Amino acid sequence: MIDNQEFMVEGYPRELTQNPLRKIWMPCKNGHIAHRRVCMTNCPTLIVTVGLPARGKTYISKKLTRYLNWIGVPTKEFNVGQYRRECLKIYKSFEFFRPDNEEGLKIRRQCALSALNDVRQYLSVEGGQVAVFDATNTTRDRRRTIIMFAEQNGYRVFFVESVCEDPEVIAQNIVQVKLGNPDYIDCNSDEAIKDFMKRIKCYESSYQPLDEVLDRDLSYIKIMDVGRRYLVNRVVDHVQSRIVYYLMNIHITPRSIYLCRHGESDLNIKGRIGGDSGLSDRGKEFAKRLRNFLQEQNIKNLKVWTSQMKRTIQTAEILGVSYEQWKSLNEIDAGVCEEMMYEEIQERYPLEFALRDQDKYRYRYPKGESYEDLVQRLEPVIMELERQENVLVICHQAVLRCLLAYFLDKTADELPYLKCPLHTVLKLTPVAYGCEVESFCLSVDAVNTQRDRPERL
Amino acid sequence: MMRGCSSRSKLSQNQDRAVCMTNCPTLIVTVGLPARGKTYISKKLTRYLNWIGVPTREFNVGQYRREFVKIYKSFEFFRPDNEEGLKIRRKCASAALNDVREYLTEDGGQVAVFDATNTTRERRETILEFAEQNGFKVFFVESVCEDPDVIQENIVQVKLGSPDYTNCNTEEAVEDFMKRIKCYENSYETLDEVLDRDLSYIKIMDVGQRYLVNRVLDHIQSRIVYYLMNIHITPRSIYLCRHGESELNVKGRIGGDSGLTIRGKEFAKKLSHFIQEQNISDLKVWTSQMKRTIQTAEALNVPYEQWKVLNEIDAGVCEELMYEEIQKNYPLEFALRDQDKYRYRYPKGESYEDLVQRLEPVIMELERQENVLVVCHQAVLRCLLAYFLDKTAEELPYLKCPLHTVLKLTPVAYGCKVESISLNVDAVNTHRERPANVNVQRTAEDALQTVPPHL
Repeated sequence: MIDNQEFMVEGYPRELTQNPLRKIWMPCKNGHIAHRRVCMTNCPTLIVTVGLPARGKTYISKKLTRYLNWIGVPTKEFNVGQYRRECLKIYKSFEFFRPDNEEGLKIRRQCALSALNDVRQYLSVEGGQVAVFDATNTTRDRRRTIIMFAEQNGYRVFFVESVCEDPEVIAQNIVQVKLGNPDYIDCNSDEAIKDFMKRIKCYESSYQPLDEVLDRDLSYIKIMDVGRRYLVNRVVDHVQSRIVYYLMNIHITPRSIYLCRHGESDLNIKGRIGGDSGLSDRGKEFAKRLRNFLQEQNIKNLKVWTSQMKRTIQTAEILGVSYEQWKSLNEIDAGVCEEMMYEEIQERYPLEFALRDQDKYRYRYPKGESYEDLVQRLEPVIMELERQENVLVICHQAVLRCLLAYFLDKTADELPYLKCPLHTVLKLTPVAYGCEVESFCLSVDAVNTQRDRPERL
Repeated sequence: MMRGCSSRSKLSQNQDRAVCMTNCPTLIVTVGLPARGKTYISKKLTRYLNWIGVPTREFNVGQYRREFVKIYKSFEFFRPDNEEGLKIRRKCASAALNDVREYLTEDGGQVAVFDATNTTRERRETILEFAEQNGFKVFFVESVCEDPDVIQENIVQVKLGSPDYTNCNTEEAVEDFMKRIKCYENSYETLDEVLDRDLSYIKIMDVGQRYLVNRVLDHIQSRIVYYLMNIHITPRSIYLCRHGESELNVKGRIGGDSGLTIRGKEFAKKLSHFIQEQNISDLKVWTSQMKRTIQTAEALNVPYEQWKVLNEIDAGVCEELMYEEIQKNYPLEFALRDQDKYRYRYPKGESYEDLVQRLEPVIMELERQENVLVVCHQAVLRCLLAYFLDKTAEELPYLKCPLHTVLKLTPVAYGCKVESISLNVDAVNTHRERPANVNVQRTAEDALQTVPPHL
């Protein structure tokens, strides 16, 4: 969505001109094209986590930040623990967190303020739209401070509380993300766990969860027992609604996502982009190897998704399993350049070719799409991938780049140049705060369809 | 969102799958005292699910009761000690569940909405057993509200006009209905966080101020929750119109990205006056990313947002052709389109079915918003209108959406009031009715019978 708030002038209707890169029609005054940002809300949003240690706050913060950035909402997380580590340098023990440790309290308050200062910088000066303030924020008093800070600066506040009493979940959390934490570098597992459990205890007595009555005027989501139950209060705008929807669809059940392109196609061999051709002989060979690979992987309840283009469907057919076709997984629409070779595009549309290299993410083919458009159309796929468990997605180069960028937190700048060769399967497994990626080349030759960022523009 | 599992031609086994969202049918069960918006929610949810392609039907137990009892005398029928009344009400619930079973198991339905008070745990237990026996997933939607103003408004909007109260005056009807509510209150067992912790449900509190969501199991339940959390009942109006007449319109060509004709610009000016006269508070204006809608919005001299997903249906290889040229160059495609205009996809283009999928986020945001003007295109407008007016896939592609006409939609009771306001600026007619002969062997004359006149 683009809005034109900045340019209400007299003398309407204004002349329109089409931005040559993004193919967006905009009013132009004296030949000058107004610059607009994608905006979802009127004022910045401050997301504030709430919860005892080891309740998944940082996991949620990082994941949410990754998702929002991917869909085009500039977001940054601010982890107060990080600030504390930078201030303290060396972590000694849980004693630092004791509620009667005056020195500790002073430092922790300072760190929170320092983080809030950076939040203000990000949202008011640097053009950020959402800031995620990741800390325990377990007392009403601390939350009050944050709300006042937000009010002063014109930010909307949305709380995300995680409540969990399942000892197994908490233990698993500690093992996955706390043991490797800089705080516990010099400890063995047992010592670390013991110390961390005492750390949690320091917060427990003063913990004031978000209350249905006392906090009825706040906007928040309370996530209970890792997503079994949710309480949602006063969602006030679009971005909060999307955040709630996202948070309600993610889970932490272990699983793997397999991503690959269709087997090599006839148009691939001819060096032509787009189109709807079938598999070459080598492409069919890849599909057979893919079938063997999947059997070896012995995946439980694997779902297989394809696009609605012949080459991905042919690939899935050779697997001999049931699959679902998604139109939104179709390759990027190259518009007038469909089925052309790069050499032909250079010859017939040299300006377009150059513009694409200038900003490959935002560049929209005439009568076609941009990577930016692709991300928008792939969002429901990402949402459903979050809901699912083991899935194999057979898709296309540009589509795969977009999906990969989501999982591996790549920027818009990096996304269009991610290497996604044919006949290679990427296995993504969520681990700690991110995604482990294994690349399996199935040893079937194929043309290289990667066109790197040119040196000279 | 539809995952378009269906393939369109040359099928062998395993490919021809219907749009499928869940493995087994879903039974949505409303819970709540009278006048808490259960039927409003049931009807709206049913409309939404059908629009996105999930065959859904609602079963209102009150309807069954009205058909059985014929004449409603008074609230006494609902007294908890009225044995006769209880017997009839239990029978009606069973009859409705029977129809649910038929719909979900034999008629190809995917979601059934069982709309009744269902305020006791016992009644809900009966339903759960029924669902288990038949392999249906159950999702409860409870509406809890104690705001007397909201309840009053509800009664005025939808109860006074009910067949139950045809022969009463307003005061009598309200009095009786309040007593009816009282009959349920004592035995009301709300969904409980502990006792009902294994059930899947959403509890909507105070008309959407707060929600409690428990155990969402699958995609469709997740979509239902998202939808219910985005709707509201604040009065507002949605204005829908097409761009002003375009250069390609007058040439009888479809698609493309042309600018407005002089008449089109005239319409835009009149639209600006119309909007001002309507005196709408906080109007949001949305356009597509095509020149003709943006030019139209520019004339309004207000801020607007461009949505790519509001772009006109992509006619693929037929872009910018006249119908006569399509008939000449692609007679088979032309005939196929007339055979099933909703599902027909242009080669390298889209179908109406695809359009609905891409417009779903627009509908979701329209539900969130208040006063909005959407300046869009013929096929897009048909899809949006079909959602608001509950039109079927068969009707949708033939809805009349002439140029230079504004449709004003205002939610009222269980549906939408629609006013059609022509701004009295001449324009070509772009509406092509389904011709009598849709056979692929038909003559060009038969095919072009219904093409509207153009330059």
